[in-house]
Amino acid sequence: MFPEGLLYTKEHEWAKVEGKTATIGISDYAQEQLGELVYVELPKVGSKFIQGKELAIVESSKAASDVYAPVTGKVTQANSQLESKPELINQDCYGAGWICKVDVTDETALKNLMDSKQYEEYVKGL
Amino acid sequence: MPFISNTPAQQKQMLAEIGLSMEDLFADIPRELLTGDFNLPDQMTEQKVREHLAALAGKNHIDLTLFLGGGFYDHFIPAAIYSVISRGEFYTAYTPYQPELSQGTLQAVYEYQSAICRLTDMEAANASLYDGGTAMYEAMMMALRITGRNKIIIDDSVNPIYRVMIHSYTRNLSIELDETHCIDGHANREQILKALDEKSAAVILQNPNFFGCIDDFSDIAEAAHKNGALLIVSCYPISLGILKTPGAMDADIVTGEGQSLGMPMSFGGPYLGFMSSRMKYVRKMPGRIVGRTKDRDGKRAFVLTLQAREQHIRRDKATSNICSNEALCALTALVYLLLMGKEGLVETAQLCAGKANYAYERLTAIPGVRPHFKTKWFFNEFVLDLPCEAADVVARLIEKGYAAGFPLNRYYEGMENSLLVCVTEKRTKQQIGMFAEALESAL
Repeated sequence: MFPEGLLYTKEHEWAKVEGKTATIGISDYAQEQLGELVYVELPKVGSKFIQGKELAIVESSKAASDVYAPVTGKVTQANSQLESKPELINQDCYGAGWICKVDVTDETALKNLMDSKQYEEYVKGL
Repeated sequence: MPFISNTPAQQKQMLAEIGLSMEDLFADIPRELLTGDFNLPDQMTEQKVREHLAALAGKNHIDLTLFLGGGFYDHFIPAAIYSVISRGEFYTAYTPYQPELSQGTLQAVYEYQSAICRLTDMEAANASLYDGGTAMYEAMMMALRITGRNKIIIDDSVNPIYRVMIHSYTRNLSIELDETHCIDGHANREQILKALDEKSAAVILQNPNFFGCIDDFSDIAEAAHKNGALLIVSCYPISLGILKTPGAMDADIVTGEGQSLGMPMSFGGPYLGFMSSRMKYVRKMPGRIVGRTKDRDGKRAFVLTLQAREQHIRRDKATSNICSNEALCALTALVYLLLMGKEGLVETAQLCAGKANYAYERLTAIPGVRPHFKTKWFFNEFVLDLPCEAADVVARLIEKGYAAGFPLNRYYEGMENSLLVCVTEKRTKQQIGMFAEALESAL
């Protein structure tokens, strides 16, 4: 149900770690709960985040929710396509709907994340 | 229904049930903060209360001829305003709950927003804020959110009351306030440009400024933008009938006090804060915004929009802690603008400026009275230097039936003899002449 090879948080963010770089987005469960997204507030390139801190904001017509940093690091790239097309997150949350890329500075914090099986179990329990 | 709906007997019963006394409920409050005595007078009959309040009201000078401005202005208020705003359908201080049910109110607010955009030459306005000072504070917070920076540059020609409000709002926030000192009645370019750096979120200026002097901030807007900072301009709406608009100066956020648009001067308000901005910043704008859309039958409909930024959804992360507005005052401003029309607003502003100019010539001809600033670029207020303390002169002239102006030493050091004088379209040539004579004899 949830793609393998990604790491997940309890707040429903995913991180795909390749070398030092982590690509970050929100899970299918999250986008479905939020409904049609109308706005994404992206993090600034160059800003630093500690795991669990507010990284971005996703806004649907009924709610605005924080996206928490799944990893600790520095933002190297933000998906500017989301500025005009926030619905990409609804359409393809693991692909075109990625939010940002982060240069991971603390790899030990990755241990706090779940793999897809664990996350699937976690979501079932909600 | 009374505010506390249970009776003393019920309260006693409930306390007995949980085994506590009334005092126990307040045990968390330190003893010294509790007071048993509020020092209130004994109760009076309705007739006595009326007499008492009438006696207090009698102490007010309500028939003074006003040459007093300083942020609030004595403009003519057409009677038609009251007829419109006191209609039962409109008569509420708030945007209604279940707002979309009240299409008429939402349409009025939408039109008010459009009018504010037209007036300030900006792209998006909110449904109003409390007053000019809180609107300026909200604009400052908006600039901090947009830029992610924490330094604010504000010139001391901005209304001192607004600056006091900004100081108290920001006292416990980590915001660096850099106050520049105006030169000859104009914003201090040299200090502002020097203060602008990579930490600066915004420059806050006012036009006409507190001394009534007018300016064009286009150069400061350009310098601010080069530094990644914003320009916030507070303005006097009536003056926009003839002055260059903040939008034309390339300001990013415009705020102001809307009292001059049909609201009477009254101590404590209610007043009207207005705010407009660029469309690209609309999601960072605080407060309520009414939008126009189509319902499922394709008919025009008005809704509260961008609510996800607001307190009832975003809780502590909302763009503002002001979740209310001044709906009735906003409606007043709209009706005023509609009654005046494009020509009326221009004419009013021209009359203000023309009469102020006449008064300036007349008053500076009095022996011992000099203009404080060299500049003659003012709208409808100007600063006079008197040969004695301005506050004393003001006190003497109240006895003669004049509110002579604002003694500036209240907020500006070294301006003991300086008086801020205001002239609106309501003052007549005869009143100005008589005031000049009264002032001369009061020196």
